[in-house]
Amino acid sequence: MPDPIADPFLTLSGVTKRYGGVRALEGVDFACSRGKIHAILGENGAGKSTLIKIMSGVVAPDEGVMRVERREVSFASPAEANGAGVVCIFQELSLLPDLSVADNICVSTPPRRFGLIDKGAQRRRAEELLAAIGCEDVNPRSRVRDLPLSRRQMVEIAKALGKNPKLLILDEATSALTSADVERVYDVLGRLRRQDVAILYISHRMHEIEALADVASVFRNGRHIETFAKGARSNAAIVQMMIGREISSQYPPKPERPRPAPMLEVRGLSWEGRLRDISLDVGAGEIVGLGGLDGQGQKELLLALFGVLRGVKGEIRVGGKAVSPRSPADAKAADVGIALVPEDRKTEGLMLPMTVAENLAAASLGRFASGPFIDRKAEDIAVGEAIRELQIKVGSPEDPVWTLSGGNQQKVVIAKWLMTKPRVILLNDPTRGIDVGTKQEIYRLLRRMADEGAAILFYSTDYDELIGCCDRVAILYDGAVVRELEGAAITETAIVASSLNIDAEAPAHV
Amino acid sequence: MSDQVLPADAAPAAPRSGRRRGGDWLLVLRQNGSLLFAIALFALLYLGYHLAHPRGFTTQVLVQNANEAFTLAMVAMAQTIPVLLGGLDLSVGAVMTMVNCIASHLVIGSPGQIALGILACLASGALAGFVNGCVVVYGRIPPIIATLATAAIAIGVALLLRPTPGGKLDEDLNWAMTNSVADFAETFGLADGGKAPWLAPVAWLPVPVVLLVLVVVLVWLPFRRTVTGRTIYAIGSSESAAYMSGLPLNRAKIAAFTLAGFFAGVGGLFLAIQTSSGNADLPQAGAYTLNSIASVVIGGTSLVGGSGGPVGSIFGTLVLRVISFGFRVFDIPPLLQPLFEGLVLLAAVSLGAARALRVRNTLDLFR
Repeated sequence: MPDPIADPFLTLSGVTKRYGGVRALEGVDFACSRGKIHAILGENGAGKSTLIKIMSGVVAPDEGVMRVERREVSFASPAEANGAGVVCIFQELSLLPDLSVADNICVSTPPRRFGLIDKGAQRRRAEELLAAIGCEDVNPRSRVRDLPLSRRQMVEIAKALGKNPKLLILDEATSALTSADVERVYDVLGRLRRQDVAILYISHRMHEIEALADVASVFRNGRHIETFAKGARSNAAIVQMMIGREISSQYPPKPERPRPAPMLEVRGLSWEGRLRDISLDVGAGEIVGLGGLDGQGQKELLLALFGVLRGVKGEIRVGGKAVSPRSPADAKAADVGIALVPEDRKTEGLMLPMTVAENLAAASLGRFASGPFIDRKAEDIAVGEAIRELQIKVGSPEDPVWTLSGGNQQKVVIAKWLMTKPRVILLNDPTRGIDVGTKQEIYRLLRRMADEGAAILFYSTDYDELIGCCDRVAILYDGAVVRELEGAAITETAIVASSLNIDAEAPAHV
Repeated sequence: MSDQVLPADAAPAAPRSGRRRGGDWLLVLRQNGSLLFAIALFALLYLGYHLAHPRGFTTQVLVQNANEAFTLAMVAMAQTIPVLLGGLDLSVGAVMTMVNCIASHLVIGSPGQIALGILACLASGALAGFVNGCVVVYGRIPPIIATLATAAIAIGVALLLRPTPGGKLDEDLNWAMTNSVADFAETFGLADGGKAPWLAPVAWLPVPVVLLVLVVVLVWLPFRRTVTGRTIYAIGSSESAAYMSGLPLNRAKIAAFTLAGFFAGVGGLFLAIQTSSGNADLPQAGAYTLNSIASVVIGGTSLVGGSGGPVGSIFGTLVLRVISFGFRVFDIPPLLQPLFEGLVLLAAVSLGAARALRVRNTLDLFR
């Protein structure tokens, strides 16, 4: 096979990046060349976003060398990367919501006259760039805050084009776009390719990659696995490359039994176009996983069930009774009994400066109240029980919760919600950033809660967990459940294929 | 340049149609809704005040009102800039007071001495602001705490300079600055002693009003169009996006506080000229700071930063002041004044909070 990367524009040699003890990238050699659309593939946590952060000057690598046009470079900031012609369109928007579209597009190097920003020239430039991507309908005077998400993304693209990139990096840049806009972006990318721009394209949409890419690279666990030219590998082979690891047996055994009667029933749940007609059952004693790639609506589904989102349409039943929680306080009330272990324990899960005991009791204070006062004795007893039951390692319950390790902090969050005696437990990626030992404890705890009759809905970005822990797994794609896997059908191949919304058995296109 | 990414076959951007121009006007009006609200509220209240005033619609009343409003208007403008960053400057009242005391020593003597004295006053205001900016940027201290400390320092300097109220400023300057444009010209023998026909259209305007317009047009509007000025809005809007866009964050923060100090200094200088003395008045400094925040809010600048501007704050000040003027003509017990000001402030803030009703993900309310 001929080398798909001849005469590279940008190369990485032996690049390594660690965050704390976690290796995000490990000895990566990578190259991309001008005039090619180069797709980057990989699971969640494969190192794709770290890769582009290094290229675009957001983070510096711990080891390794980056070269642009054969010259060694180290970018201290995104501005320096832009100066070298490397421009990235990030998944999290980099727009300034209170400034106008024209201000945003020209924000880095505004046209100036007598040292002052020339508003007229700036508007004309914005109009040109918007016209180039077929967005004449966006008024350059509009405030970005007032634009819908899909238009903001197009403004983001126009802003990037305005920097005259030699290497343009798109990180999930089309995920927020309407299909008409996606077509326009394809046109623009095709044009840039003809103008000899190097394009790195990260997308979870396999058909997009099939349609666009000339070259593809697969990443897994922070390593660059392989780079190959279009059509050289089958879909099945690509999926295998993305998985490629062994599943360890660190999970409690799953019970074999007929599907239990549903405790949580969800029918036709929709919200703001981000959740589409979701129907789902979770039985009493069942652990149901939510799978799929990041940002396909899993978090929103949990938030909707927990009463955080407004304007949710559809029906939610708990224990056969229709409920419509309008706030977390509603959701945790005894007659509903929903608990949510939130995404970010440091902001949504814990009050860091408060004590372990105060945090544990925070969600169930009503149970310890006698009149207007908190019954400290009852609180102490319950807190002590929770600490023993979950084996939380604390010096004293009166220590501030931030003094605990990450794993023990997460146990506090979970224990806090178990103290409310919930019937439905929602968990948003509860094992992220936690050591393996604590992870196993949490898996066993979840199984025990289920055995005691709770219905557990569990979102995880780690496919291993979904396979090891869950009785069933619902895969979300673009806000809808695209597939439900059960029992032996929960395999990594099935999850990855469904997450990409492709059929892994289908013949090769790439 | 941009040709690289533009397709060779693409038509040049079509000129905006007339319909679009009209649409643009509506858009600009809508984007400045809170500013327009403050202007309308002021216009309404002020019209009522003049109608009720026995000598309403005269230059005399106008001059008196302008003199009473100018210093707070400057301090409110000063407060606006750090607020645009998403911070608060608790030192604006104190810096104003400090410059007030400096002026009571320096703005007297020969014209040359007076000019130098004025320059020294403005420079010391700007310097105080610059120090604030450096403490915030290089000390990595939140603005509210940093300026709480520097406010105490500024008051300390003021007390050293003026242990008791007093001092003397140039009398001509006092007269000229606190009356109409015609009086100003007459005092300094300009424009045929203020009788020149070309001066007639503006001769009736109070000097403080002209001064305020000059500060806005010569200082604020150009500054807003610099990269530094743009960056101030960008930081308040989303600091991480501003960083990712490669904007000069530190420079903009220091510039913001420096400009705030300069504006506060203009206010202090004027107060000294107006009262012809200096006074290191601690409660007064605090009242100016609190009223400046109220003016900023009424004027439609978001306290989390990113939107609004000093022009709105000027009208916020005018709304506050016209309420106090109203107490005189409507014969309401002056004790009720704080109560009324509080209600107006609350109403203005509630308008801004109405946005929360549209939030669909209630977690966003806490982010």
